[in-house]
Amino acid sequence: MIKRVGEFLVGLIFGFGLLLSGMTDTAKVIGFLNVTGAWDPSLAFVMGGAVLLSFFAFRVSRNWRSSLFGRVIILSDLKMIDMKLIIGSAIFGIGWGLSGFCPGPAIASLTSGEIKSFIFVAAMLIGMGLETLSQRMRQVA
Amino acid sequence: MTINWMEFSPIESFAGGLLIGLAAAVFILFHGRIMGVSGIVGGLLQSSKADRSWRLSFLAGLILAPLIAKFAGIAPAIRIEQSMIWLVVAGLLVGFGTSLGSGCTSGHGVCGIARLSPRSITATIIFMAFAMLTVWLMNKVQAGA
Repeated sequence: MIKRVGEFLVGLIFGFGLLLSGMTDTAKVIGFLNVTGAWDPSLAFVMGGAVLLSFFAFRVSRNWRSSLFGRVIILSDLKMIDMKLIIGSAIFGIGWGLSGFCPGPAIASLTSGEIKSFIFVAAMLIGMGLETLSQRMRQVA
Repeated sequence: MTINWMEFSPIESFAGGLLIGLAAAVFILFHGRIMGVSGIVGGLLQSSKADRSWRLSFLAGLILAPLIAKFAGIAPAIRIEQSMIWLVVAGLLVGFGTSLGSGCTSGHGVCGIARLSPRSITATIIFMAFAMLTVWLMNKVQAGA
């Protein structure tokens, strides 16, 4: 139970961070991506702050066998920079540029009363489902 | 390039970034997981029942964040100016792309860079470049129309 509460609180802190930083403001995100126009560099500070704190956590836990709650630490086991990573990231970048939304802030906007965030998240889930489905079909074929 | 000083908010953005980093730090230290939203959501579509509960608890916190902020008297800035059709197109691309590329801004962009993963650093450079290119192209198209 304490683990469930912990995960909930992590999600909540993350959500507050997204709201405070400006990541849920899609116009601000597009202002950051607009490097050739009137550029708003604020979001570089978001990444700076976020990487700064988590860097030490990843350093400290690097050689741990399990987490403080006794769970197996699961990092990515993929090492290769392959076409899936490159093409997937490019497609994601295009969608991010078009909307100003990436997955976290989109989900953190759901209870804001803005119907458009539901539309975006629904389309995002369909996109994820389609990719998972196409991978399964390739495995079968 | 010109700086948009009117919108520039380094203090709020840095403070928000620290909260995001704190969440990612607690998640790896206590829960042993990478705080990557697309992976956590994507796992809901395919994982077992036991694996689903931690994903749902995390997402519940994330979803309720603006509601709780509003109760605390803080009105979060949420601006969505795009039309519905572009949001649908963008949502499909974001979902498909993060699933194929195994991560998004939180998993690759924050956690991956923090643990100096070459895969994540590559992914972040690519999605940032393509997002900037897309914004540039959309500005061109809109200026021409």
